[in-house]
Amino acid sequence: MIRFEDVTKVYDTTSRPALDGVTTEIERGEFVFLVGPSGSGKSTFIRLVQREEKASSGTVYVSGRDVARLSSWRVPHLRRDLGVVFQDFRLLPNKNVFANVAFAMQVLGKRRGLINQAIPEVLKTVGLQDKARRFPHELSGGEQQRVAIARAVVNSPAILLADEPTGNLDPETSWGIMEVLDKIHQNGTTVVMATHDHEIVNTMRRRVVELHEGEVMRDEAEAGYQPADATAQLQSRLRKTEVN
Amino acid sequence: MRFAFIVSETLSGIRRNLSMVISVVLVTFISLTFVGSAGLLQMQINQMKGYWYDRVEVAIFLCNDTSTAASCAGGAVTDSQREAIEAQLDSQQASAYVESYEYESQEQALELFQDQYSNLDMAESVTADQLPESFRVSLVNPEQYEVVNEMFSGMPGVEVVSDQRELLESLFSLMNIASVIAIALAVIMLITAILLIATTIRLSAFSRRRETGIMRLVGASKTMIQLPFLAEGVVAAMLGAALASLATWAIAKFFIADWLATEYPQTGFISSTEALWLVPLLFAIALILAAVSSMLTLRRYLKV
Repeated sequence: MIRFEDVTKVYDTTSRPALDGVTTEIERGEFVFLVGPSGSGKSTFIRLVQREEKASSGTVYVSGRDVARLSSWRVPHLRRDLGVVFQDFRLLPNKNVFANVAFAMQVLGKRRGLINQAIPEVLKTVGLQDKARRFPHELSGGEQQRVAIARAVVNSPAILLADEPTGNLDPETSWGIMEVLDKIHQNGTTVVMATHDHEIVNTMRRRVVELHEGEVMRDEAEAGYQPADATAQLQSRLRKTEVN
Repeated sequence: MRFAFIVSETLSGIRRNLSMVISVVLVTFISLTFVGSAGLLQMQINQMKGYWYDRVEVAIFLCNDTSTAASCAGGAVTDSQREAIEAQLDSQQASAYVESYEYESQEQALELFQDQYSNLDMAESVTADQLPESFRVSLVNPEQYEVVNEMFSGMPGVEVVSDQRELLESLFSLMNIASVIAIALAVIMLITAILLIATTIRLSAFSRRRETGIMRLVGASKTMIQLPFLAEGVVAAMLGAALASLATWAIAKFFIADWLATEYPQTGFISSTEALWLVPLLFAIALILAAVSSMLTLRRYLKV
């Protein structure tokens, strides 16, 4: 489904590469956590899959296609195969929940009948069937993220890319989001989720690809995740201050 | 669905960006009105050339009592001199160039003079013997004025041979200068319009960057993303062209056809229907305008 072959991405020649010789493969129907501290290359990984960026060297295949060699007018076709969710939701503030999700279908020229049929279904999947007429500012963060997920999957993409979808949410709400993502995964969608929330990773026990300074440090099935030393140190230091 | 969606996106873009859109409409309106006026001037020049070149004559002015020219040293033209000139006009030699001629007496000259300058006070005080009598000669080919000039200007009793075409030429060159100035102003305004449309599209793209971001994300086509912005520029430019067409037609109708033509009935003026030929031109320019500025902008600010 997604295959990276010795992929290196350099944004700025003076600093170290964002990704450095990454080779990995994600199969159809997998649920993969992409973990690592900030700056480890998780977002770059996702941007390369979306073809927001092109690899400096190496090849990225998505659904069997070399994304770097897609002509610019074929790129939209690639993106229709991908649903993407971000930490900051990216909803349209002047549209209600229904219209936000409908927008993703309208811009692809879907028929009104299909839209009216698909949206209640997808809102039910994310648990927002009663809030279709609400506006984003009337929703909690977790609800807003559910809308974003509904928008990402309403066109039934084969792959869902989630870039720290729980980054802005409290643990309780994060679990709600994970349940939704799990449900979508069980419906057959390949899910790639970038995160540094070790609690979620440790509980879910899925495949974990750990990036460190742009390199794959670890790739294990049903694995956990211990935050890097720096984070651990900071946490223990914080704990000490709390005690004091 | 797709079409309706693009239309509604375009309209919402125009609504959000109304003041910019209005300024684009006004700038294209003014610039295209300059283009239209230059077009009217050129049409008028062509019309007058056709009209006047058929009518212009070479005037052979004869000496009168007040003539000061060297050839009139002998005083006013005598009957025999006048006959000699007439005989020369009738001669074999001249008939190759002269199509027809008419004699205009001092009284007729006065009548015409008072008619043409009725609005001047001095017209009343002019008397017939102050004006020269003349032969009005139409040429087979108006370009051959020089030949006729040589033939008659040396003859006794002839004060001067004048080519009326020269007067017209200076009028035409004046009108040409006016249309060049109009075109120059139009070009400056058109450049302004292009930049303004580009800025408008850029602002519009910026104010809708959330929407376009999501459109890219879900894989909307290039057309779907860019067309509403392009349409916004085109609609504004077209409105400007429509106003300019109206203005051009109004100039042709109320200024030229209604006012000038009644003030100067002898002159051939273009009609307001002829001015309608300029309308497709104005719309074409507006379209090119919008296309050029969109090309400048969309590639840079609305990447897919």
